[in-house]
Amino acid sequence: MPFGRKPKEFPDHLWTKCPTCGEMLFNKQLVRNLNVCSKCEHHFRLGARPRIEQLVDKGSFVEQDSSLVSGDPLRFVDSKPYPERIAAAQAKSGEKDAAIAGTAAIGGNPVELVVMDFEFMGGSMGSVVGEKITRAAERALAERRALVIVSASGGARMQEGTIALMQMGKIVSALARLDEAGIPYVSVITDPTTGGVLASYASLGDLIVAEPGALIRFSGERVTSGTVGEKLPVGFGRSEFLLEKGFLDQIVSRAQLKERIAFFLGSFRAASQDVRWGL
Amino acid sequence: MIDRIVGARRGIEGNGHLADDANLIIDSGQLRTRASAWDAVQAARNIKRPHTLDVITRVFDRFQELHGDRGFRDDPAIVGGIAELQGRPVVIVGEQKGASTEENIQRNFGMPHPEGYRKAIRLYRLAEKFHLPVITLVDTPGAYPGPEGEERGQAEAIAKAIFTMTRLATPIIVVILGEGGSGGALALAIGDVVLALENAIYSVISPEGSAAILWRSPTEAERAANAMRLAGPDLLDLGVVDALIPEPAGGAHTDHEETAKAIKIALVAQLAKLERAATSDLLSARYERFRGFGTLAEPGAAAAPPAAEPWWRKFPLMRRRP
Ligand SMILES: [Zn+2]
Repeated sequence: MPFGRKPKEFPDHLWTKCPTCGEMLFNKQLVRNLNVCSKCEHHFRLGARPRIEQLVDKGSFVEQDSSLVSGDPLRFVDSKPYPERIAAAQAKSGEKDAAIAGTAAIGGNPVELVVMDFEFMGGSMGSVVGEKITRAAERALAERRALVIVSASGGARMQEGTIALMQMGKIVSALARLDEAGIPYVSVITDPTTGGVLASYASLGDLIVAEPGALIRFSGERVTSGTVGEKLPVGFGRSEFLLEKGFLDQIVSRAQLKERIAFFLGSFRAASQDVRWGL
Repeated sequence: MIDRIVGARRGIEGNGHLADDANLIIDSGQLRTRASAWDAVQAARNIKRPHTLDVITRVFDRFQELHGDRGFRDDPAIVGGIAELQGRPVVIVGEQKGASTEENIQRNFGMPHPEGYRKAIRLYRLAEKFHLPVITLVDTPGAYPGPEGEERGQAEAIAKAIFTMTRLATPIIVVILGEGGSGGALALAIGDVVLALENAIYSVISPEGSAAILWRSPTEAERAANAMRLAGPDLLDLGVVDALIPEPAGGAHTDHEETAKAIKIALVAQLAKLERAATSDLLSARYERFRGFGTLAEPGAAAAPPAAEPWWRKFPLMRRRP
């Protein structure tokens, strides 16, 4: 059913049109297929909870730091006060902020897992995201477990100003300690990942993989084309472009993701003769 | 409801090692006048303001510029090299704006490309290898956001620069001279001591960018600047900078010599202290400095463990005045 006007027999709450191939997808089917188009493999965005469900061994996820909520360091007001924005996002999503963290196993490998959710204020990174990731990295160091972060974010949260910017320094400090200790960190980049998240932890994995077709840019589309005033080619700053330019290890489809992460972590564990981590 | 605030404001306690430097402003209460955020934005961007090379030539001796990232090219928006600070060799890395339109075009308005950050990383490593302290001078509207930057890994280069600084086993002093534009500034701004000139600004996004996104109108930049708390005194209140270096009465652009003199006094005093600290103490204090940022509530959580003793407490000289 490509390109036509949407006929009445496809109401929104039941059907979604694939933006790539135009196929009308039955919503229940789409969810069962992990939000991937069954015809062309277009990867729709996936929320943090179903993502965790998909990635971890059944029943292994224990959420951590779930009560953390953001303060308002700048007492920031644009068209409405920042605390009201947070409250609205919380009410809409049922989550406290844009990342969920926990301890889990992936294919039998113990991990600290952090998954971002773009639905919560554009996945923006403020104090809560910064603290959850930093604590996850510190737990990974203390317990000698691998760290896996799934990014989906527009970047630093403007409403927290420089305090959001400082989260980059905070998270990266913790990742650098993990690196020195020889504990693996796998960065999974999903659509979209831009700005300060890409310019910090998302780009620092021992391995960096992305889902197909994900927007991955330092500058958002608006900034890049607006500032430079030129039209960018199709596919610019997408996963395939970054793979070609040498900034990704692999593009991995959602269906393969769990198995692939498990393979990598398993390989690292098997090769660690002194078993410095993962036991 | 709020049971525990994690790392709200570092405040004067976190600035304890700066307390005996009478030349520095360590509390915004010390300021007789507080410029408006928008005035600070204008001052920080003033084309006559002393830029990195103006500062280098006045503060340091025998500066030898070192070029290139050893991979792609030499980025003129970042200058670096070896020089002496009162006879002590140091490595300097700074973002370079121009003082004229032609010079700004040549320097790309102080907006580095990835190879600029990779040059910075190379110089950080050089400093570590030969036990030279690093002094960085931050002055950028932001990292260059164009397609060439994306193609060559702007985000990766910034991330690696931040990563390198967090564990660099040598003292690092950061001075924000003018504009501290987001990640493009942070790639030079992880340090043991972070100072800023009185009218410098530091922000997560430009006021114009913030206005366009949050107020949907770039003309609201002045309002955005106020809301973002990006001016020196705000940064001091938030603990983002440890101290402000006072500017001459009319602003730094009116007197480069006086400005440089104040920067030099601050650098010499800070370096003297940092060099007495063991590297392991420096690295753990640097970790704690950034670890503390965040305004959070955690209902039901246990009390935070007491923070580790900061390195400067080991030296009687640096104890806070009563
Ligand atoms: Zn499709």
